[in-house]
Amino acid sequence: MSGAGTAGDAAPPVATVADLTLRYGKTTALDDVTLEIPAGRMVGLIGPDGVGKSSLLSLLAGARVIQDGAVQVLGGDMRDKDHRNLVCPRIAYMPQGLGKNLYPTLSVQENLDFFGSLFGHDKAERDRRIADLLASTGMSPFRDRPAAKLSGGMKQKLGLCCALIHDPDFLILDEPTTGVDPLSRRQFWDLIDRIRKDRPGMSVITATAYMEEAARFDWLVAMNAGKVLATGTTAELLERTGAADLDAAFIALLPEADRGEDVTVMIPPRTGGDDEIAIEAVGLTQRFGDFTAVDNVTFRIPKGEIFGFLGSNGCGKTTTMKMLTGLLEPTEGTARLFGHEVDARNMAVRRRVGFMSQAFSLYPELTVRRNLELHARLFAMDPDKIPARVQEMLTHFDLADVTDALPEALPLGIRQRLSLAVALIHGPEILILDEPTSGVDPVARNGFWQILAELSRKDGVTIFVSTHFMNEAEWCDRISLMHAGKVLISDTAGAITKSKGSATLEDAFIAYLEEAIGEAAPDAQPAPEPEPDAAPVPAKAAPASHADRPGFSLRRLLSYSRLESLQLQRDPIRLTMALIGSLLLMVVIGLGINMDVEDLTFAVLDRDQTTTSRDYVQDIAGSRYFTEQAPLTGHDDIDARMRAGKISLAIEIPSGFAADIARGRDVQVGAWFDGANPSRANTVQGYIQGMHGDWIQRQARQIHGDAALAGNFELVTRYRYNPDVKSTVAMVPAVIPLLLLMIPAILTTLSVAREKELGSIINFYVTPVTRLEFLLGKQLPYIALAMLNYFLMMGMAAFFFGVPFTGSFAGLSLAALVYVTATTALGFLVSVFIASQVAALFATAMLTMIPAVSYSGLIDPVSSLSGFGRVMGEIYPTSWFVTAVRGAFSKAFGLAEMMQPIIAMGIAVPVIIGTAAFFLKKQAR
Amino acid sequence: MNLKSVWHLGIKELRGLLRDPIMLVLIAYSFSLSIWTSANSSPEALSKAAISIVDEDQSQLSSRIISSFYAPYFVPPQMITTTEMDSRMDAGMDTFALNIPPDFERDVLAGKTPAIQLNIDATRMSQAFTGGGYIQQIVTSEVSEYVAGYRDAAALPVELALRARYNPSLSPSWFGAITSVIQSITMLSLILTGAALIREKEHGTVEHLLVMPVTAPEIMLSKIWSMGGVVLLGSAFALVVVVQGLMAVPVQGSVLLFLAGAFLMMFAMTALGIFMATIAGTMPQFALLMMLVLLPLQVLSGAMTPRESMPEIIQTIMLAAPNTHFVILSQSILFRGAGLDVVWPQFLALAVIGVVLFWLALARFKKFLK
Repeated sequence: MSGAGTAGDAAPPVATVADLTLRYGKTTALDDVTLEIPAGRMVGLIGPDGVGKSSLLSLLAGARVIQDGAVQVLGGDMRDKDHRNLVCPRIAYMPQGLGKNLYPTLSVQENLDFFGSLFGHDKAERDRRIADLLASTGMSPFRDRPAAKLSGGMKQKLGLCCALIHDPDFLILDEPTTGVDPLSRRQFWDLIDRIRKDRPGMSVITATAYMEEAARFDWLVAMNAGKVLATGTTAELLERTGAADLDAAFIALLPEADRGEDVTVMIPPRTGGDDEIAIEAVGLTQRFGDFTAVDNVTFRIPKGEIFGFLGSNGCGKTTTMKMLTGLLEPTEGTARLFGHEVDARNMAVRRRVGFMSQAFSLYPELTVRRNLELHARLFAMDPDKIPARVQEMLTHFDLADVTDALPEALPLGIRQRLSLAVALIHGPEILILDEPTSGVDPVARNGFWQILAELSRKDGVTIFVSTHFMNEAEWCDRISLMHAGKVLISDTAGAITKSKGSATLEDAFIAYLEEAIGEAAPDAQPAPEPEPDAAPVPAKAAPASHADRPGFSLRRLLSYSRLESLQLQRDPIRLTMALIGSLLLMVVIGLGINMDVEDLTFAVLDRDQTTTSRDYVQDIAGSRYFTEQAPLTGHDDIDARMRAGKISLAIEIPSGFAADIARGRDVQVGAWFDGANPSRANTVQGYIQGMHGDWIQRQARQIHGDAALAGNFELVTRYRYNPDVKSTVAMVPAVIPLLLLMIPAILTTLSVAREKELGSIINFYVTPVTRLEFLLGKQLPYIALAMLNYFLMMGMAAFFFGVPFTGSFAGLSLAALVYVTATTALGFLVSVFIASQVAALFATAMLTMIPAVSYSGLIDPVSSLSGFGRVMGEIYPTSWFVTAVRGAFSKAFGLAEMMQPIIAMGIAVPVIIGTAAFFLKKQAR
Repeated sequence: MNLKSVWHLGIKELRGLLRDPIMLVLIAYSFSLSIWTSANSSPEALSKAAISIVDEDQSQLSSRIISSFYAPYFVPPQMITTTEMDSRMDAGMDTFALNIPPDFERDVLAGKTPAIQLNIDATRMSQAFTGGGYIQQIVTSEVSEYVAGYRDAAALPVELALRARYNPSLSPSWFGAITSVIQSITMLSLILTGAALIREKEHGTVEHLLVMPVTAPEIMLSKIWSMGGVVLLGSAFALVVVVQGLMAVPVQGSVLLFLAGAFLMMFAMTALGIFMATIAGTMPQFALLMMLVLLPLQVLSGAMTPRESMPEIIQTIMLAAPNTHFVILSQSILFRGAGLDVVWPQFLALAVIGVVLFWLALARFKKFLK
């Protein structure tokens, strides 16, 4: 695209790939690929989705482990770890997906700052570079906006800025412009051109699905099914295939079998009149808070027309469609379908509309046939007609071979056909399609549009479709261009092109967009052609840029700490868990798990009614454990009241009780208690036996005098450390180690599993961050939070639960610090082996809590365990911290007594972190 | 309200569940193995308690006492000195320490009522009481047996006939099994519906449903009947096959009445599941939220420890939670054989809570769809 292409001809290739094969399970992503990528050029990688483009790029970037074959990048072997460490600051990699490696809750500035600090720039240098990059990309006004709230185009620009912040020599871009509007696309490539002008030595390789874009690259690699089909300049490829454009050339390059039926889309001109209006929008407006997503949109679409809707991601297309389908109620204005105002409650109108949403929205767990059947039933079609209709759709959309397959197992092109079949099952008169073909290969796209053409022309279905592809836009009868919630123009493709005097539809659109942006915010966007040195791309300066060589770097560590704390601050549920989770659970457990038995209800069936019998009952009623209820009237009464849970203990004193005692005859007192909850029942049993025994001794002494006590002894029981035997004194200190284990471990596990699941782990793979920096950096904020929780819980224990504290607070706090360092590290250890957040969460809860509850001396002392449990108990940090907490609360442990647990836990910390770091992968598999 | 749509959507949920191996394993585990293990792992009142003994008497009687502590209640006693006793207890190595004083045997035989000291580490609450009782009984019976050889003690002929009702042998596995069934019902009805809704959201299929002639209450009801049905079937299986069949725990009351209560409970919990799913939005967030909600619900409901030992205010607050009423009604029906005449207030409360939760969830759900 610029003169830079020829400069690198003499240089050795920037990367060479030999016999490269990559498999994911049974699927082969790359099949024996051999390739030389010339240096100093703009290289394009073309081919449909799922042919191995992304795999190849991630291998070049060093983000993925090489299975078979060789990859040389920047003069070294990418299998060699030292070489990877050496060159990773010279490579920049932007993975596929809008903002995939960005942190959505962080602002533009914060994202850039994070990447800058990973590459070892100091604060001043980072600020300078960020200011430069933002100015040259026109992002300066959005400096404080979270990445998640940027439009697709802006996300990609930000991604590029993040990639460029360290002056790479080799820029790897994976579909950077997919899903981005034409203007942003053009601005993106202009930006790359300018950077290359400043740094002519820089090599760029880009994967793209847009053939128009690819046509402008210096050199192309066409890929299909894991193999390279052809390489060469655009001209060479066109010459070899004799095709007119790259789309056609690519189809010609495909092997015969894959080419399929090459459909040339033929749309006959529309014949019907415009008298019947199918879709009408009048002044449609949608506001979310103070943000206007759709602003006063008006259009009329006659029956049978194919109406195209173009615009960048986030410009309001999807919102407009939602209002047309009744998913969203317009803030202002009206939408009418067939003259009826759209009303979410009007089921009759819904039956006349078919909708295919942007996200793939079939049920992945249902087969192709079941999906069709379900939708037919939900549209309340006549059950007798459903089988025939389903069969008809299967045949018509060429799905007969995959009837019983699950949608996820099918290629994207077929899935889109299925989605369309589902949207059409009930024979709607209006079809609303939201970007139905994004990511679909050219052959399948052509086939898809041929079906649309037939629907419109033969069946008179009105089609409202949004797209990013210009060739698709040209197939529409009329198109609307939308930007920032407003419709800029609505007309036929030809008229729009002519109105701006442009050569192509795309040029015309860009002209409209520039006009709109110019009006809206004159200084919010850069001038299309920046003045030569107004906004120099940061390039030549800063020799310090590559100075931060591999080795431990506190700055990189701290940049991960900062990243983690910013992310945590912006996630309300995780933050709640981190801040008050332990406090909440402590209150719940402290109050809820109470083994004290108090105020048990009991009642008496006293058939004796003497002073002696009343004296017996008085012993029980007088204790704090029991409260007496109304007397019992008989055995039936016992049954009924106990069954209803009204009493837990019933006592029957037989008639003649006092008299029999006096005469020394055998007497039996009956007692029934509710044994449903055995642990409580055991305690109740103990109380009653104790009181019965006391009473008998007292009576015996009265009758026989002290002689009765001969041969006796006294068992003096000392309840140590908790003289009142109160549940809270035992429970609350035991809960602290458990909560300081579970919650911090879960949070650290999630912090790694999140990165794995959302894709930002890639930054760890391709930047100079070491494993220890990554782990320790992430650990710091969680240690701080855990300590905060520790202090809160201590305060709660002292002031809310009133548990006496007898030992050294400083000593216990030191022990707590070592302990939470160990528990946060345990979370990492789990996360290393698990990729999904949900699995990580449950695995951590189970794996940390089971040894803590069973083997850590909470119930049985470690000394009484044997075998595995004993070993676990001796080494598990929780055992030691349980000793420390109990010691500090109840056993007056000073600093000296605290040292043994502290040292034992201190040994565990490096072992756990070391193991986690050892197993943490620095590349994807 | 189109009941046919509710039916078809529910069938769709069930098919989806069939293809989710992790959930299936979780359901199967919760209603079989989990009940079995939690019943059998509930510790007997005392097992393998750590005890050490200071024997300053070194007599025949003291060695008889020492030899009477054996497995499974106690680990073999450690013989220690008085000075070791304190440090061992401080380090948490012993739960019990028994100190037999010098001349104990002689004093007992002389009728002097000597004192024998038992130290208990009362920070280990679960063992402190029961263990103390056991030790008292053991020492007493050893001493009286020993003394019996020498003379008869005069005692009063009053006997206490203690009988535990509903669980005569106080087997902890009975209680454990039924508590575990209750918890499985609570947990699964929450997880299954919440997960079903989040799955739809993550796949973008919720929106899709709404452009069809299907309304929000229909979507909610379809999830409730299908997932609730699974839970109800599972709990019937757990109760009849696992608890009554395999574990031979006698159930006092009507299983059908219990299942009717479980139905109301499941209605309330599934609505709560939907409510939480609309707050969380993603699966990991839902899982976190669940930890914060489920644990308090279960701990404070009275399933683990009796409600009456909790502070008044907690008891009152927990009246708003469906768990509390469900626990009361299940324990009444299953343990004590109560009929509807006894537990109708709980049924009524559950129904009211269920309706309120459903209404709240529906309001949130409608908002969530926008």
